[in-house]
Amino acid sequence: LFQVSDQKPLGCWSVKHGQVLTCPVVCNFETHEYIAVHDDKVLRIWKNEDINLDKVFKATLSAEVHRIHSLPNGGPVVLFRGGGVRTLDVLLEAPQQEIENIISDEVIKWSEAFMEGKQPVLIFTTEKDGDFFVYVQKLKTNTLHKYKLEQQELSKPMSFTAYIKNRIITLLCLCSNDCVYKVLVPLQQNTEEEEQILPKSLLLNLSVSGSVLKGTSFVVLDKDHIAVLGGLTASNEEPKECLTIWNTKFQTLQTSKELPLGTSGQLWCYEEKFFFTHGKVLTVIMYKCETSSLAAAVGKLKDGQTPDVSAFVNWNTLGYEELADSFQSQQSGALKYESTMALRSERNAVASVQPDDLSVGKLLLNLKDVPRRIFEDGIRQLMSQAQTLELQASIGSVVTALTNRYKANSNHYHRTFMLEIVQTYDLSYSLCPDLMAVALERKDVHLLQTCLLRFPDIPEEMTYACLEMFLSIDEDYLKYTDLDLDSVICYIDIESNNKEVKTEIVENGFSTEQEEGTWDTQLTEESSLTSDGELCPVGAQRAALLNAVLCSAYSEAFLLPHLKNLPAKQAVLFLRYLFYLYVKCSEKINTTLPGMSSPTISQIMDWMCILLDAHFTVIVMLPEAKLFLSSMHKFVRAQVRFYSELNKIEGSLQELQRLHHQKDPQTYSIEVLEII
Amino acid sequence: MGEFEVHRVRFFGLVPAGVRCLAYLSRGGRLALARTDGAVEIYNFGANYFQEKVIPGHETRSVEALCWAAGDRLFGAGLSGDITEYDLARLCVAHSVDGCGGPIWSMAANGSGTQLAIGCEDGSIKLFQVVPDGIQFERNLDRRKGRILCLSWHPSGSHIAAGSIDILRVFDVSSGLTVQTIMVNYHVQKVKRECIVWSIAFLSSGTIITSDSFGRVQFWDWEQGTLQDSHTVSTSAALSLAVSENEDSMIVGTSTGATYQFQLLPVKMDSQEKRWVRTKPFQYHTHDVRAVVHSSTALISGGLDAQLVIRPLMEKINKKSYDVALRKFTFPHRRLVSCARKARLLLFQFSQHLELWRLGSTEETGKDGEVLPLSRMPEHLVQLKSKGPEHICCSCVSPCGSWVAYSTASRFHLCRVQCEGNSISVKKVPKVPKLLLPAYQLQFSSDSHRLFIASARGSVHVLQLLEPGDCKHLHTLQPPSGSSEAVYLLASSTDGLWLAAVGGDWAIHVYNLKFFKYHCTVPMYNCAVTALAIHPLINTLVIAYSDQQLFEFSILKKKYTSWSRMVQHCGLHKSWLERDTPITHITFNPKKPSHILLHDLYMFCVLDKSLPLPKNSTLLMNQNTLKQLPETARKQELHAFKICKKFQPLLFVDLLDEKCLVVVERPIMDFKTQLPLPIQQKKFGT
Repeated sequence: LFQVSDQKPLGCWSVKHGQVLTCPVVCNFETHEYIAVHDDKVLRIWKNEDINLDKVFKATLSAEVHRIHSLPNGGPVVLFRGGGVRTLDVLLEAPQQEIENIISDEVIKWSEAFMEGKQPVLIFTTEKDGDFFVYVQKLKTNTLHKYKLEQQELSKPMSFTAYIKNRIITLLCLCSNDCVYKVLVPLQQNTEEEEQILPKSLLLNLSVSGSVLKGTSFVVLDKDHIAVLGGLTASNEEPKECLTIWNTKFQTLQTSKELPLGTSGQLWCYEEKFFFTHGKVLTVIMYKCETSSLAAAVGKLKDGQTPDVSAFVNWNTLGYEELADSFQSQQSGALKYESTMALRSERNAVASVQPDDLSVGKLLLNLKDVPRRIFEDGIRQLMSQAQTLELQASIGSVVTALTNRYKANSNHYHRTFMLEIVQTYDLSYSLCPDLMAVALERKDVHLLQTCLLRFPDIPEEMTYACLEMFLSIDEDYLKYTDLDLDSVICYIDIESNNKEVKTEIVENGFSTEQEEGTWDTQLTEESSLTSDGELCPVGAQRAALLNAVLCSAYSEAFLLPHLKNLPAKQAVLFLRYLFYLYVKCSEKINTTLPGMSSPTISQIMDWMCILLDAHFTVIVMLPEAKLFLSSMHKFVRAQVRFYSELNKIEGSLQELQRLHHQKDPQTYSIEVLEII
Repeated sequence: MGEFEVHRVRFFGLVPAGVRCLAYLSRGGRLALARTDGAVEIYNFGANYFQEKVIPGHETRSVEALCWAAGDRLFGAGLSGDITEYDLARLCVAHSVDGCGGPIWSMAANGSGTQLAIGCEDGSIKLFQVVPDGIQFERNLDRRKGRILCLSWHPSGSHIAAGSIDILRVFDVSSGLTVQTIMVNYHVQKVKRECIVWSIAFLSSGTIITSDSFGRVQFWDWEQGTLQDSHTVSTSAALSLAVSENEDSMIVGTSTGATYQFQLLPVKMDSQEKRWVRTKPFQYHTHDVRAVVHSSTALISGGLDAQLVIRPLMEKINKKSYDVALRKFTFPHRRLVSCARKARLLLFQFSQHLELWRLGSTEETGKDGEVLPLSRMPEHLVQLKSKGPEHICCSCVSPCGSWVAYSTASRFHLCRVQCEGNSISVKKVPKVPKLLLPAYQLQFSSDSHRLFIASARGSVHVLQLLEPGDCKHLHTLQPPSGSSEAVYLLASSTDGLWLAAVGGDWAIHVYNLKFFKYHCTVPMYNCAVTALAIHPLINTLVIAYSDQQLFEFSILKKKYTSWSRMVQHCGLHKSWLERDTPITHITFNPKKPSHILLHDLYMFCVLDKSLPLPKNSTLLMNQNTLKQLPETARKQELHAFKICKKFQPLLFVDLLDEKCLVVVERPIMDFKTQLPLPIQQKKFGT
């Protein structure tokens, strides 16, 4: 945004030579006075108009000050090295009053003050021999609580930050193992028990694709975002200092900004602006956090799309809010607190569904070991009862139960029932992650085809596994499988041996005769055969399956590594099929295949490109692919020529239009106009 | 109704001058606009944005700044170094004072309108006191080097912020001292280009907003001299800015023709902290937007492409209605073309010359839509150049085509034009009577024996034209109760008995020319008259007002005709009332007494009084529909308004004879090509 060095300093004060400022200067927002401490014990208070710091108010205290915190409505609070806390008003009444030492030989690492209601609360952390302690001091009631932080092996907290919400202090600590942990510190604490241990939970791992961020300081931006300043170390590279914003909900790095001139490692944040030193200047950067959504996190948020488009529930994201809510609802006490933590650790277990559909979960548990008929009936009943709001979630758990049942006993494979569910409801891969794997294991191609056509979020790995299976599966097996052939019925004759079905071909400007003979005759024959589209290289069933793969969503970067594993023979077969589709598309001017859910030309082209990328060297080497490749090249080249001809026509037509247009503006004409 | 032979004329090479500055007077709803040729125009927002007054331009009197002060007095200042007060009743310069600081780049009035500050080439800022009979020099503020390009008063009147090159300063008005200096380019060390602060606004909160040649809009805290916020709106200059009266919204104009709205919005819902946010971009102009105004209801911008754009701020209204429609004005709301019907000549008025053309002809006839082959091409007969720096304010050619009259602010010219075969002779009438000038409108009588000259104070001079080339002053007609406003429209009857004159107070007086005496006044209607004409046979006066109402007034009976009452009773069609541009000319077909021909910029209309008025439920522009119908079915669909939108934009339409029309078009693209090239913007795919 701007650098503070551009701005004019409004005031400058300095202490006398030999004196040292020992803690950050703060401003008392109520009186607009500045408060500084020098030489550990000497307090100075002055206003804007004062020029010489020597002549302003001075008070010498009896103990060493660690830090002063200034609160917007609560006045400044002074924290002493020994852990004692006083408000400034109290302290100024008797500067020499005795300050108790609470923490004996622990060292204060970090402190922060909040307003909780109308009461100032000070939280600070201390260290002693590798143990970390958290102190919470409420000033009005003058109560102090001490907690011990859960010990972590091989890592120790380096930096802290905290915020208060719903009467809970959330303490975040950045540890030396490059992870951010979350600690909930309850404020309402009546029981005067012995030292409690606060459990830590992992919030965020500061590593992204091989490089690790060595954070030095961090701030919380909103409930889903934190900003970390630190050095990004990729393997065998110099660490680069940068400012990063992370999405804790989806564990993604939202954005980062490199700071090549280096920083002091400190980061502040006020009013949606970052403040940090960069080189020799203080830099201010404005930020804005969008409401976090999965689409935004993976960079696929379309403009104008509301973040809550997804009807699918991602179990792994239902974390923080419920937790906070349930936490709030309970009265107090460590026991209940522990139980919440336990619940959270269990949340990935299949059986323990969220409280919403607890009944579903219970029912499913009851149905676990019953015979097939009873099981299916029970589940049908269950599904009819499920309310629409929880429908997605319930169906998800039902499918998970089905797959678990299969895993437990491979005889329990509810083929038709699962197919029915997938066809009826809007499921997603993430809702029933095991389903496709099970189907793959059972070679249930119909279910896989349906999943591919209906699920919006199939991982590329699974897509590839399906593709590989579809290409390798025995033709005879397929022949007797019941499949959805809608996508192929219009352009592949089911009786592919019937040679009489030779449709007339519109060649879209391409004629094999025009190509002069650098190719030998055999080649020409072969290519004309292919480009006539007479022979589909795969059977109708297999084609329908492959079409399902073509139509499913994928991301090239993730698919390519898997696709490289495709055996050469299958790759060539697939490529032939794609080429066949391409030729088919090009036959008609509108470049779309007829029929329901058939792949579009761009889907076909994309797959052709990615397949060639993955297997280029292999395909080039294969003798059986040679002829086919050259005919493909020829066809593509002819198409390119044809389109360039179209370009010319377009140019002339445009000229025609221009001429037509030009005819209009004559400076004078006599026209006939009829008015009725 | 019949077929017309339409002479479609596109050789009127009018190029409207670019808009240089704007000043809005919210009390009274008037917008003053100055063009690059020095002309000043007043738009009346209350009268449907009618351009009610035009003060003609002047070669040496460029206007760089306009402002309203002391109520509704209009002041202008320009590179000639003079501060000029305009007389809005007589439409001329009332008086002019030398600023004594070289060319004046900027001028601003304080909140109460009692003081004017001007920014000069020599770097001085001078204060003038507005006194009843002009302005009086008061004092100089602290003078520094560098021209003062823009000025803004703090709403309290205590301080003035002034923008210069690379720098902006704040002056204390009472002491005259510089109290703050801000280098706008302080932190852009790499760029050696100078940064011109083009426009400045001083808010009551103490924030100063500047727009500069780097395309930035910056917000400064004047007391601290610190930059609060900076928005880069354009890669080229941000030329102009204006802040609303509430100081919660503003408009910025750039040299790419784009304008942007900024709004002061809370950072979060219900938050106290507010920030200026760029909210809406608009691209209405093709060239520099040199002037912007933020009225309480609209964003107004004027560009060097000669367009004035008024964009109402009715964000909450979803329904598209007439009130929220965008208004664009490019052409003047008055006639620059006159026609000699009998001689088939057209006279075009430019800022400093006149062109006389003879129309071509054809021997063929044809069907609807056909273009007929020309047997004779149109001919540019003569060009009359006006001498001196003053621009022509009005002109006219007599119906017989042998007289041409025009006037500038200080001189009136009458010429005798004789065409014999291929030779043209133009003879100036040597001794024109000394008259009260300027003339605001000229009108020849239909027999070409008299010339009526609209003049100041509501008066109309009548000249007798004598063969072979002389004239004498016959009489001066005066309104009975007197008037301070100048007459701006005239209409004479074909029989030579009646003359109607409209003054700036919108009163229409009718005079008897036989006895040279006042006859009657048309009842006052609270809107500006945009055109009027007297029917050649029945001597009724047809009047078009800027709110698109039409009236017919019987001169003999001194009352509205029954048709006019019927129109008022039934109301005009909604689509007719929601047209954007005023009727600028009315004419009649002597062979068809029930027909009235009217036109605005986008259509011309044959109004047949004998047919029923269209209802709101029927289509107003139904000519195309009618053409599809068989003859027999048409009868039921016919209504009084026969509108043709084939020719656009229309500057003039007249009836040459009962079957022959002349239309003068000026396609926007034709004059756009004559404007200087706009800043080239890379567009995708070009």
